[in-house]
Amino acid sequence: MNRFSGFGLIKQAFKHQEHWQRMWRNPTPKKHYDVIIVGGGGHGLATAYYLAKLHDKINIAVIEKGWIGGGNTGRNTTIVRSNYLWDEAAHLYEHAMQLWEGLSQDLNYNVMFSQRGVMNLGHNLQDMRDINRRVNANRLNGIDGEVLDAQQCQEIVPIMDCSGSTRYPILGASWQPRAGVARHDAVAWGYARGADSYGVDIIQQTEVTDIVIEDGAATGVVTAQHGVIKAGRIGCVTAGNSGVLAGYAGFELPIESHPLQAYVSEPIKPILDTVVMSNAVHGYMSQSDKGDLVIGAGIDGYVGYGQRGSFPVIEHTMQAIIELFPVVSRVHMNRQWGGIVDTTPDACPIISKTPVENLFFNCGWGTGGFKATPGSGHVFADMLATGEPNQLSKAFNYWRFQDGSLIDEHGAAGVAH
Amino acid sequence: MFLIHCPYCGEHREEEEFHAAGQAHLPRPLDPDSMTDEEWGHFLYYRKNPRGVHRELWVHAAGCRKYFNIARNTQTYEIYATYKSGDTLELDENPTVTATGSTLNMAVHGDAKVQLEQGS
Repeated sequence: MNRFSGFGLIKQAFKHQEHWQRMWRNPTPKKHYDVIIVGGGGHGLATAYYLAKLHDKINIAVIEKGWIGGGNTGRNTTIVRSNYLWDEAAHLYEHAMQLWEGLSQDLNYNVMFSQRGVMNLGHNLQDMRDINRRVNANRLNGIDGEVLDAQQCQEIVPIMDCSGSTRYPILGASWQPRAGVARHDAVAWGYARGADSYGVDIIQQTEVTDIVIEDGAATGVVTAQHGVIKAGRIGCVTAGNSGVLAGYAGFELPIESHPLQAYVSEPIKPILDTVVMSNAVHGYMSQSDKGDLVIGAGIDGYVGYGQRGSFPVIEHTMQAIIELFPVVSRVHMNRQWGGIVDTTPDACPIISKTPVENLFFNCGWGTGGFKATPGSGHVFADMLATGEPNQLSKAFNYWRFQDGSLIDEHGAAGVAH
Repeated sequence: MFLIHCPYCGEHREEEEFHAAGQAHLPRPLDPDSMTDEEWGHFLYYRKNPRGVHRELWVHAAGCRKYFNIARNTQTYEIYATYKSGDTLELDENPTVTATGSTLNMAVHGDAKVQLEQGS
């Protein structure tokens, strides 16, 4: 792999930009791999990258039914933060945050990680009490956080209506300065390029249609395009389709798939240099480097696999955004899209062994998987290498829904994503 | 936008009047004291998540406030039928899906109201 550099850019400029190396190969799959990762999204590619880089397993394949960057990795609102309430979740997301901070250098690929801060607004006294509790918990876990009052919010985001005369007045916010946004496509491409450089076979346009199980252990996958591919260990990182794969292996997952939608406006001049989220009125907004306003919302309340969202959610989101930012009321939306998110009952992921030996799942990230991409890949790579969960991932096991040790991030932090 | 036929009000109303309340036909445990942790886990947290035909419990929150069932396709968003709590609906679980909709066999017991081609 040729390393990208400023010098390389100048050199290619003299060759009319026509001789760039392909970012990853398009290999024909072998008959057997040590590890097969099903799902070539950000988490799957990150898993392959760290597995190949840190654990010296060179015989790895990533099987993707579509193309790299075509799933939820390319459909999210790119927010990265780690201000989660409970210790288990906070440690996992903070692990991801620390990897984000060196990711562009590590991958030799600019993921445009911009630590512009994330503000979570509080609109009533209980919101503010929860914010105080969460910020305190964050600081005890070594995660940066501050509680802001309405005046401080106004200073950071001048376009926000902090007048107190709105239906849901802004009383304050939690503020994580190290949080921010990253370029989502670049994350998928960077990990794919990195994994490929360590010899990982990235097999696109190949759908897994069954999992081969012999004597209670998974030994391979059946694909529609390339037949049976054998594997020592199989890791499924398939987000909204995880339930389908679990079905092939003969067990159930406590996951429901919901559409989550997002919107991008026409590009406008810079008006917002941070990320603002509000759980109470349920909308969040940032501005991309291109000038588009990137707006997100809540999930549809019902199970759905259509990659679009419902109209009432669009209206609800726009109401929230215009109440927070009256100045954007005449901005047109350019695009709207939906992704399918795999939500668990406690809004925390499942990174776990399963009832089937040699079969591992990393799923259930729900509405907030993008921020965790590096951390998720890192701990799942460790699990695939050793066969056992590590300190960070062991709380996120599949059996917590049976023994009751849930990580109740959903109710306590009222997490929006 | 779904147009949903409320079997109690007897009218089609827009999705916003309703609220989805998860999977339908979940029987309560008959003998809770003898259930294992695994069985409790399944009762509390495990839900069907089909890509296709699904039965859901909905409430007419801004209307009569009664709960009823919907048979719906989670892929095409087609609503096959709405029917009252306590009624049953036999449904072909593997419909033939085409570009214009899907065809499947249904048999209704009770006074379930069948609503076709009203998906979003």
